[in-house]
Amino acid sequence: MENRNNVKERELVVVGGGPAGMAAALSAYENGVRDILLIERDQYLGGILNQCIHPGFGLRYFRENLTGPEYADRFIKKISAVPSIEISLKSYAVNLTAGRYLAYIKPGKMEEVKAKAIIMATGCRERTREMVHIAGTRPAGIYPAGLAQKMINLEGWLPGREVVIVGSGDIGLIMARRFTLEGAKVKAVIEIQKTSRGLIRNVVQCLEDFGIPLYFSHKISRIHGRDRVEKVEVVEVDDSFNEKPQTRFEITCDTVLMSVGLIPENELIELAGVAIDKKTNTPVSAEVNKTSVPGIFVCGNSFKIYDLVDGVTYDSAKAGKMAAEYLKGLK
Amino acid sequence: MMRNWYDVAIIGGGITGASIARELSRYRLKIVLLEKEVELAFGVSKSNSGIIHPGTQNPPDSLKGKLCVRGNLLTRKIAGELGVDFKEVGELIVIFNEDERPRLLQIKNEAETLGVPGLKIVDRKWLDEHEPNLSREVIAALYAPTAGIISPYRMVYDLAENAVKNGVQIFLGHKVIGITKEAGNLRLNVAVSSGEEPRGRACRQAGSLAGSECTFRSRFVVNAAGLFADEVSALAGVNDFKIRPRKGEEFLLDKKKEHLTNHIIFPLPTKTSKGILVIKTSDGNPMIGPTAQEIDDKNDLSTSDDGLSKVIEGARKMIPTIDGNDIIAYFAGLRPVAGDDFIIRREEKVPGFINVAGIQSPGLTAAPAVALMAVELLKKSGLRLAKKWLFKKHRHPSVHLFADLFSKTRELIKKNPSYGEIVCRCEMVSAKEVRDAIRRGARTLDGIKFRTRAQAGRCHGGFCTIRIIKIMHEELGIPYTEITKRGNGSEVVRGVRE
Repeated sequence: MENRNNVKERELVVVGGGPAGMAAALSAYENGVRDILLIERDQYLGGILNQCIHPGFGLRYFRENLTGPEYADRFIKKISAVPSIEISLKSYAVNLTAGRYLAYIKPGKMEEVKAKAIIMATGCRERTREMVHIAGTRPAGIYPAGLAQKMINLEGWLPGREVVIVGSGDIGLIMARRFTLEGAKVKAVIEIQKTSRGLIRNVVQCLEDFGIPLYFSHKISRIHGRDRVEKVEVVEVDDSFNEKPQTRFEITCDTVLMSVGLIPENELIELAGVAIDKKTNTPVSAEVNKTSVPGIFVCGNSFKIYDLVDGVTYDSAKAGKMAAEYLKGLK
Repeated sequence: MMRNWYDVAIIGGGITGASIARELSRYRLKIVLLEKEVELAFGVSKSNSGIIHPGTQNPPDSLKGKLCVRGNLLTRKIAGELGVDFKEVGELIVIFNEDERPRLLQIKNEAETLGVPGLKIVDRKWLDEHEPNLSREVIAALYAPTAGIISPYRMVYDLAENAVKNGVQIFLGHKVIGITKEAGNLRLNVAVSSGEEPRGRACRQAGSLAGSECTFRSRFVVNAAGLFADEVSALAGVNDFKIRPRKGEEFLLDKKKEHLTNHIIFPLPTKTSKGILVIKTSDGNPMIGPTAQEIDDKNDLSTSDDGLSKVIEGARKMIPTIDGNDIIAYFAGLRPVAGDDFIIRREEKVPGFINVAGIQSPGLTAAPAVALMAVELLKKSGLRLAKKWLFKKHRHPSVHLFADLFSKTRELIKKNPSYGEIVCRCEMVSAKEVRDAIRRGARTLDGIKFRTRAQAGRCHGGFCTIRIIKIMHEELGIPYTEITKRGNGSEVVRGVRE
């Protein structure tokens, strides 16, 4: 940020309009902050909840069984009714400094703000095939499970017809059911660990109820196909994850979904000088939502990966309160 | 003038073919370039590491060595004219013990014979100051300041765009399947896999449909078919060389590691390759690799677990802090090897036929010099070279938000709001850049990636793929189910809800 002439001052800026950002902004307001800017890169609030059209949300927080969009909608209604929270959509944070200067881009404009406090609620990204390193070719038909979820649920596109899913994380399990309901054939879920990484209810409701085989202690050792995925090689592994070559078999498919974990998105605060744990990509912190730089808070999946959105809401509300207290302390 | 009749037909739209096309477009000639893939640079060039070599590590009497030194100079000029980003970063060839020193000195002497400027042996003290992450085991290095980096595919696209502006016609999805001698001509039989007329006005006359065959006639034919140059040459009746693919696996690191090194780092070369390197790229991501493995299948672009461990081991020997967790992408490329040197020659058996084959490393660097040599051979074969009164050597440069300062970004967005509509968050690519890429010829997701970097960052398209597909659908007017990663057969959406 070479030019600071256009910088606007704000009390609190929240980056991210998913469940974490909305809960944090609302709680900051409830704790007395009256100048809040919330920026969201998408054209609507709600974040990843918008593509989670399955039920199971809000069992703790609302004591009701909601879908993702329903859960989000309750917060969107609430936050839209608070005039002191300014919401800027289609806005991408592109730079942050330790002095809490934040630059963001939106259609027609690049804005800079100097915030007294910042809450980063930037969520997470999916680990990709590249990060777990699967040998073989790089054809079309390999998707992170969340991308496939968005294609089906928000766009109405079917990414493939014969699917093998790598990893038994919740998104992968839910997508096994989703593909099946859309008429695709899910041929297998391949999990390198001895147990599922996902919730038991998802293993039962998404795989067992549909007769989809789940292979524990197995991995995909190679992807084949020049233009589009044609088949995968699957092999059993021992306790140290070494392949047992005699167990190798092939599955014909046109699609490989990757559900191998999530990575908190903390690149902006890392550039700002916040201490980041290289292994988990989360802020180094003794206390939830805090970072090594005073006045920069992190909440939701960018602080740590949560199993359920209810937990995100509870903890992110704490972040809003912490930011409010920090701001009071400055006065 | 007759339809599909040309002075020069170039077979192959990689860096070599595109360089020759642009060089020839200075003259009053009717030129066509035929590429079998759906986009240019989709063969050997797309996996090039982007190093503009200084000319070291080549035998002093080799053709490739001479063309490399000359090409290094010419590339700077051409990149400037076309608005392609070229950075002179310099390279270090490092040694780990005194036994390696004589070989290093030999490399220096050979390179000086070839005319490589500015070489010096640097010691530990220099290295501490200029390359702090280098292994403590390194005792000295040969420093070659004229090594640089460039985006190989953007160079191809921009050369081709400029050639088209100067009258060259380019046909994509056109594979040459037969070459016959006729009186005063060579006749090319071409199988067409892409029905589109891809490059605007210049292409309209072909009008060939996918699945059909058509004929081109040309007085001269330049074979720049990369991996398939031996097969194309054989079609013309010259089959005295073979292209052996030599596979190289490369691994890209997160852009966060952009400043891992200040130079391109080489070990001493082996017999078959320059070794496993730590490379700076013009996109910012460091790259490690490549491996070197002789294979038979010209379509085998698979990577392996073995390749990964070899590359990490080799790279860590020089830069010990490299971490496998920083790898965000990997790919394999095939070097088109025909013996030890380039084959650039007139074929006496087939008058008018020029082979430009075996263009392995340093083919990207040498390309402009290769092009000049090819033009010289055409002239010797009887092609009349009359300069056009106006050669449009400049090209309006592409805009890349990721490469610009924020102050410049602000101005761009003010002028054109859609620069503020970010599509790819990892690499900061706007909707405007994606649309520009399509208007300048991108037809596939990979084509957009190579031109703009959208989908090339750490989330690997998890975020932007849908947005890009929608823009392609709008700009190209094709259904979602016909949008491909890299051409027919690589469709990404299998069905759309009505």
